[in-house]
Amino acid sequence: MSFFGFGQSADIDIVLNDAETRKKAEHKSEDGRKDKYFLFYDGETVSGKVNVTLKYPGKRLEHNGIKIEFVGQIELYYDRGNHHEFVSLVKDLARPGELTQSQTFDFEFTHVEKPYESYTGQNVKLRYFLRATVSRRLNDISKELDIVVHTLSTYPELNSSIKMEVGIEDCLHIEFEYNKSKYHLKDVIVGKIYFLLVRIKIRHMEIDIIKRETTGTGPNVYHENDTIAKYEIMDGAPVRGESIPIRLFLAGYEMTPTMRDINKKFSVRYYLNLVLIDEEERRYFKQQEITLWRKGDIVRKSMSHQAAIASQRFEGSSHPEKSQSQSTEEDDS
Amino acid sequence: MADAIADTRRLFTKPQNLNDAYGPPSNFLEIDVSNPETVGVGRGRYTTYEVRLKTNLPIFKLKESCVRRRYSDFEWLRAELERESKVVVPPLPGKALFRQLPFRGDDGIFDDSFIEERRQGLEQFLNKVAGHPLAQNERCLHMFLQDESVDKNYTPSKIRQA
Repeated sequence: MSFFGFGQSADIDIVLNDAETRKKAEHKSEDGRKDKYFLFYDGETVSGKVNVTLKYPGKRLEHNGIKIEFVGQIELYYDRGNHHEFVSLVKDLARPGELTQSQTFDFEFTHVEKPYESYTGQNVKLRYFLRATVSRRLNDISKELDIVVHTLSTYPELNSSIKMEVGIEDCLHIEFEYNKSKYHLKDVIVGKIYFLLVRIKIRHMEIDIIKRETTGTGPNVYHENDTIAKYEIMDGAPVRGESIPIRLFLAGYEMTPTMRDINKKFSVRYYLNLVLIDEEERRYFKQQEITLWRKGDIVRKSMSHQAAIASQRFEGSSHPEKSQSQSTEEDDS
Repeated sequence: MADAIADTRRLFTKPQNLNDAYGPPSNFLEIDVSNPETVGVGRGRYTTYEVRLKTNLPIFKLKESCVRRRYSDFEWLRAELERESKVVVPPLPGKALFRQLPFRGDDGIFDDSFIEERRQGLEQFLNKVAGHPLAQNERCLHMFLQDESVDKNYTPSKIRQA
């Protein structure tokens, strides 16, 4: 690190041009801490400045080049040495030479592709970061700035409900229904459990949300299951013909969108597990996959259709055409 | 302003048939282990227990039955279920070998408090086992609960509807 008294003779830092206006998102790090990072979406430009500050003004800094990189990489915890970079962009800021005073360099990565969402899991991490490096003969000086990327989707065209009849012959038949198969992260799961045959003594019923992180390929596939939520929906013994409603608000749980085979390295999938427990603690369950997606936070400048109608009731004067066109605006945005 | 409020109304459900709602439940199964009686004399004595079953489950041939069984019959049932079915069979109350040794201060295995403890354990065991959907498919369980006597030379088999 610092042999012969060389040490770090300069500091680098990276500042984004829109640091004042850009939103930050919370992201949990590997050790469980929650930090805030600048939030980017696919296609957005990443631009800013790299400040190289000389610690000893007057002392020249010789270097082999200054550059900035934008990197998107996947890191498997059991294979830390190998980082799989799926995005790697470089901009040279300065050719080999020397710095006589502190200097600032502008950079811009235009319309950068960020195809996957940032993810920190049990066995794998996908992250994006900027890395500025001052190359030198013995040791480089570098600084990283992590950013968080969210992938957005819109309401899926096809979103059929999940409806199925399952059971144990002559003992327990139920029909379960969930209103959708694809839910956004702030959605509500509305469903019901209908009992067709009950010959066992049920004590209670719950719905669990299970997150399954899959890493590795072929014979080395590894699944890590994590129960994100347990939500009791029934306490007591049901009989034939009874319907138990389900209303589960997803916004209360920390979840990510469903990620399928990301860069052929890992997947993160979510399952609803319906569990019935009988008087003797025996568990009967049915697991069903759901797709989670992230909806963009669109700030509506005009009033929502519902609020427009409500205001007409109180204010008397109404402009039905105006409120119609306002609501059309919302749908397009 | 926030997004439109999500539609959280309940899904459509068929109204429940009143007979289903207020009629007897389809899962009625009660097993009692009671009336311990010691039979025989001297060293050949043993205790039998009354096993009374009441049910409306169609898998049981008799809706009411009453048989007498001894501890070794329970041991036989447990061994059969472990071998024939995939059920994790709960444990029986202890075998009490020490109580069978001579020169005890109490009545050994015919001691009232011991018999009562054993009776409770046997009742818990049977209720746990008889309510298991997989155990209910085993011939040995039905023979134990409802046949006059246990034929240890039986052919193990699976039962479907009675």
